[in-house]
Amino acid sequence: MAKLISPFELRDLGILGMNARNISFIGRYNQRKNYRLVDNKLETKSAALARGIPVPQLYGTIEYQFQIKDMLNTLIKGRDSFVIKPAQGSGGKGILVVVGRNGDQFVKSSGALIDEREVRRHSSNILAGLHSLGGRNDCAMIEALIDFDPILKDYSFEGVPDIRVIVFRGVPVMAMIRCATHSSDGKANLHQGAVGVGIDIGTGQSICAVQHNRIIIQHPDTKIAFNQLQIPHWQQVLELAASCASMTGLDYLGADIVLDRQAGPMLLELNARPGLAIQVANQVGLRHRLGAAAKIANLTNNQAEKISLARQQFSSVAVASGQLSMNIL
Amino acid sequence: MINSKVQIGLIAGVFIALGIGLTLYKAISLDLPLLPDQYREVWTIESKTSFTPTGSGAKSPVNIELKLPTAQAGWVILDEHFASSGFGFSIVEQGADNASAARWTRQELDRPTTLYYKMQVYRASENAVLPALPVSVAQKPLLEPDQQAAMDRLLDRLRTQSSDIDSFVQLLLQEFLRDSPDQDTLFLIDAYEEDSFAVLMDVLAMADISAHQIRGIVLEDGRRRQTLSSLIEVYNGQRWSVFDPSNASPGLPDNFFIWQRGNGSVLSVIGGRDSSLEFALVSNSLPAKAVVGMEQRSDKFAILDFSIYTLPVEQQGIFKGLLLIPVAALVVVFMRLLVGVKTSGTFMPILIALAFIQTTLFIGLAIFLGLIGIGLWIRSYLSHLNLLLVARVATVIIMVILLMAALAVISYKLGMDQVLTVTFFPTIIVAWTIERMSILWEEEGGHEVLIQGGGSLLVAVLAYLVMSNPLVEHLTFNFPELTLSLLGVILLLGKYTGYRLSELYRFRDMGTK
Repeated sequence: MAKLISPFELRDLGILGMNARNISFIGRYNQRKNYRLVDNKLETKSAALARGIPVPQLYGTIEYQFQIKDMLNTLIKGRDSFVIKPAQGSGGKGILVVVGRNGDQFVKSSGALIDEREVRRHSSNILAGLHSLGGRNDCAMIEALIDFDPILKDYSFEGVPDIRVIVFRGVPVMAMIRCATHSSDGKANLHQGAVGVGIDIGTGQSICAVQHNRIIIQHPDTKIAFNQLQIPHWQQVLELAASCASMTGLDYLGADIVLDRQAGPMLLELNARPGLAIQVANQVGLRHRLGAAAKIANLTNNQAEKISLARQQFSSVAVASGQLSMNIL
Repeated sequence: MINSKVQIGLIAGVFIALGIGLTLYKAISLDLPLLPDQYREVWTIESKTSFTPTGSGAKSPVNIELKLPTAQAGWVILDEHFASSGFGFSIVEQGADNASAARWTRQELDRPTTLYYKMQVYRASENAVLPALPVSVAQKPLLEPDQQAAMDRLLDRLRTQSSDIDSFVQLLLQEFLRDSPDQDTLFLIDAYEEDSFAVLMDVLAMADISAHQIRGIVLEDGRRRQTLSSLIEVYNGQRWSVFDPSNASPGLPDNFFIWQRGNGSVLSVIGGRDSSLEFALVSNSLPAKAVVGMEQRSDKFAILDFSIYTLPVEQQGIFKGLLLIPVAALVVVFMRLLVGVKTSGTFMPILIALAFIQTTLFIGLAIFLGLIGIGLWIRSYLSHLNLLLVARVATVIIMVILLMAALAVISYKLGMDQVLTVTFFPTIIVAWTIERMSILWEEEGGHEVLIQGGGSLLVAVLAYLVMSNPLVEHLTFNFPELTLSLLGVILLLGKYTGYRLSELYRFRDMGTK
């Protein structure tokens, strides 16, 4: 049934719409010259490494078509698992995840087998710019596959879950974890059918889970209920996300973070135009949060203080005693 | 520095007010109607006389004479305009019927040249009779004996079948229109080197029927290279009556504008060769009163001097189409920003809508879906070939062209002429659409293809419906300043931060928990 919600109700809930996001936040706070760093994952990676922000290991890059011919003997020789992705891909497009080998063939995260030709064809398409913004020529990155934290294992089906944190002027304002499903083909991409689970900024606990913008209770494939989900290393995740703001110079930013079994939180990629579905997963609008974050940012320049104020302000515990935290400000 | 919201508001406000203000001014004080219904069809006819001078040196005078039409059969000439830069120009009256002719002269000329004569005409009354002409005795032609014999046999046969002169002429014309005329007719047409009209005139002369040619223009909106057509006028004893040799029907066709009645050349060129006479036609629905008014007032009101009407007819026709594009752009902006429809390619729907205008909606939709469908099917095979992107898109482009050709040929053979309009679809756009859809299919599945493809088509159809609306067509062409108002509205929409209609659905689960 096509039930609609009234625009007045949406406004009262503080939901940020696409037009308002584009004009009032992306257009107003994000300077175009800073996009380059986030739109190119190679540049993001090197900038992160320079600041000591952990990232997945880069095995190598392919820049020219001729390098594809013997990539099997060079870049991915002896490697059982790896990820091939376009440096300037958008919306999680063009990511090939190989989790193992079976004779001459490669095993995708879904368990499907592909041969060398398929791997080469995929790389060739990446170089031609098939998956990239504006169809520009691109280069392919080959990265280590994340060995993600076993705590999250049952929450994601055949794919690595990642945590999206929206950071406004250095203040983390909203977060969710995106869990792959069978219908998203192992990708943590919401409009392909991944599940988004809102995460409480204060506690790192789950709030609400949505798939295709509809509320769900349990994972459609693993059947695990989301209400017990608690993100480990939560403080570190927030710190990592917040430090990306100063790294990029972007005031409105989405940081995608993965949790590695050994290394803990790692920066996967950044997004200068983060989506709006996170609001449904959190069951709260971004507008009020962004307003409060602006106040925090005006109050202090210290990153640790920003995070601790955000954890107080944007927690369901604090929302209950919202009056108190407003008094602190 | 004023904040950008206020700035946009001011600029948009000025644009909107300017557009509406100028429109109201033209509507109220110049009497241009805002609605298309109080209309009369006014045709702008532009004749182009082209020729190449024969002499190449300094001494090669040229003299061009173009017979000018006189208003008759209810037609009224509103306005005439001659373009003759570098030529001496005069209007001469000559002959018994007082027909006037335009004469361009020049002492020397060394390159091919085109001379223009533009007029605006409209038909004041439908049933006006042509003024009487003096009846001259037909001059019988001198023929070879075998031709004479063939003609006699033809005349005998027609005479036995007909009751009077009118029915005789009609039978004669039908004879020439038949798929398989009889031996005598074929022989005559052959002897006259396929010039059926000359045969007709000679047959009539041989039958002692006074007849002459009427030359004029078949009025079709948007035609650029129309040439003169001929009618036949015969004297049946009491009065002159007109026949159309192309369908043997009596009477003057409604869409026929008479240029010259009677024999004799329309164009004479001395000192030139390869001369041609072509006409560009555009019809505007305007009340005659307003046009007459415009003509009288154009000196007083500079604003009309800079209107699109002052352009050559061909460019007027182009602008008629161009001025519709801003409206389509507004539709796209509206659908994307306010409704939130996803389209593949921002302005691709406009190009598709422009193609629909040529093909008409349903045929256009069928062709477009057919092209994209077959294209996607073939493209799915190309996927396996592992081609480089640019080569693959080039392959798709060629494929689309071949598909279009095949579609045109097959449908033409099957007798579906409408499908020939397939050529109006922009090839490159169709090819890119196929490529994008195909990738979308591989990456996000058929569902997303349906959403984006359906969205694009929906916007294209809406844009088409708006563009083909007679009121919109009327307003954009006659009040082009409304485009400024459109611009203002689009600027304002560019600052719209409210919700999209689709978001009311997207966030429907908010606040339920």
